[in-house]
Amino acid sequence: MTRRPVFLITVLCFGFAFFYIPILSMVVYSFNGSRLATVWGGFSTKWYVSLFSNRQVGAALLLSLQIALISATMATILGAMAGIALARFRRFRGRTLFSGLVTAPLIMPEVITGISSLMFFILMAQWVGWPGQRGFTTITLAHITFSMVFVTTVVHARMLQMDRAIEEAAMDLGARPWQVLRDVTLPVISPALLSGWLLAFTISLDDVVITSFTTGPGATTLPLLIWSKVKLGVTPDINALASLIVLTVGVCVALAGLVMNRAEKRRLAEERLAYRSNE
Amino acid sequence: MTALAQWFHRRGWRDLIIGIPYAWLILFFLLPFLIVVAMSLATRTPTAPPFGYGGDNPLINPAGYARLFTDSLYLRAFLTSLINAGVATVLCLLLGYPMALALTRVSKSWRTILLMLVILPFWTSFLLRVYAWMGLMGRNSWFNGLLTDLWNLITPQAWALQSIPMMNTNFAVVLVMVYTYLPFMILPLYANLERLDPALDEAAMDLGSRPFQVFRDVTLPQSIPGIIAGGLLVFIPAAGELVIPSLVGDAAAPMIGRIISDEFAQARDWPMASTVAVALLVLMVGPTMIYSRFQARAEGAETDGAKP
Repeated sequence: MTRRPVFLITVLCFGFAFFYIPILSMVVYSFNGSRLATVWGGFSTKWYVSLFSNRQVGAALLLSLQIALISATMATILGAMAGIALARFRRFRGRTLFSGLVTAPLIMPEVITGISSLMFFILMAQWVGWPGQRGFTTITLAHITFSMVFVTTVVHARMLQMDRAIEEAAMDLGARPWQVLRDVTLPVISPALLSGWLLAFTISLDDVVITSFTTGPGATTLPLLIWSKVKLGVTPDINALASLIVLTVGVCVALAGLVMNRAEKRRLAEERLAYRSNE
Repeated sequence: MTALAQWFHRRGWRDLIIGIPYAWLILFFLLPFLIVVAMSLATRTPTAPPFGYGGDNPLINPAGYARLFTDSLYLRAFLTSLINAGVATVLCLLLGYPMALALTRVSKSWRTILLMLVILPFWTSFLLRVYAWMGLMGRNSWFNGLLTDLWNLITPQAWALQSIPMMNTNFAVVLVMVYTYLPFMILPLYANLERLDPALDEAAMDLGSRPFQVFRDVTLPQSIPGIIAGGLLVFIPAAGELVIPSLVGDAAAPMIGRIISDEFAQARDWPMASTVAVALLVLMVGPTMIYSRFQARAEGAETDGAKP
């Protein structure tokens, strides 16, 4: 087809404008001198200054990062185990329930996960005296539980794609089971582990609903802090915070893109070299 | 069974690999869920925690379920949720389908960048994406001003407005839902459309079909699995949404997520909150079954195709 799809390209441009105009507007208004968040009152960086002098924001960010690091790591370990179990062990007792348990959290509305976790923690505290206080631990446990199933989905898909003959070949060539795992299986599923970890990390870092139910006194994550401010209306310092987050994410994604691009090029070059040396 | 699997089995690693995540999910997901189901049949009491079960209270109290149908609050909330989520899903499809199709038509290098741009908003905070629209929809914002000017330009003078009341309406909820969930629609549709064979399009063109006919008779029927996957990925979270209606929604016409949260946290009526939660899950079961069946069929088709 030589005809240019004018209509499609127009909608694509409109779609990207729709995606990015609100974000751009937020960034522009973060430099707004006026106290009224939506009326332009000259250029100013005072909201950034007030943001950096705000201790609460720093503390909340630190808490969010700690929770996200721990829960993403735990979620990757548990989720990978579940993914391996589903892909490799075709038949075991309770497999149907197990595969139900790794899909249900994906579609469970967050409100319901939130209230069920909170009721669970409150009743556990009453029945067995644990957890004594809700906060860091209960948020982390809830985050691990609902982000591990995302890791499972990613790892499971990757394991199903993997050619099992290469594992058998390694065994036949005399590799010991642990060596097979370390040198064959792990490198094949490591991209899935990485993207699973990143997914779990961002899910944890971004979560409001489940966190708001499982939190306790003194445990305010960054999204909870933003949530409590935003509920009261539009405030200029949130614009500044949002701009910084957008900037950070943009830089990280661009860097990741560059690294992946270079790795891809190197791989292609190596492949070409290998072919040539075979000739 | 392969040698590796046998070794795993012999050493007991297999039981550990299955057992640890299994036990975790039973303790932290299944048990809390069963508590919700049991709670929906308990009786509300002025104790802490605010429920009674057995003893003086009936062991199974279906009053909550009866209230779902007698108190119009709940029926209206369910209806509002279904309509908002349904409209948002249709709008996502109308906007996302051409976008996904356009992505399959641009050059390879552009495609990578544009796909990245579709995913990028995902990585910024969900809450802040909702917040961005609060800024745009407010009465004094440049966006609202622009829309108001446009409105005043095209409508008779008697209808002139100072500003368009967008905040705290169902319109705002749908708009922000479309904004935040659009990538969920584009990505599965793109994955589906990208796999279609362009030779079929060309064949239809050669046989004299016009571009729109090619779309209607060739592309559209083949993309139905993508439409269903995308549609449910938007509809299911949208129907249970809590954050968006709380921030930009109409407090007088709450959605079901808001009702669950308010019954639980404000009214401290755990049994009723649980009843509404169970009812919402029952409503979700239908769409989910459709989704998993299509998913299974798509996976089956893929593995069939991979076989030589």
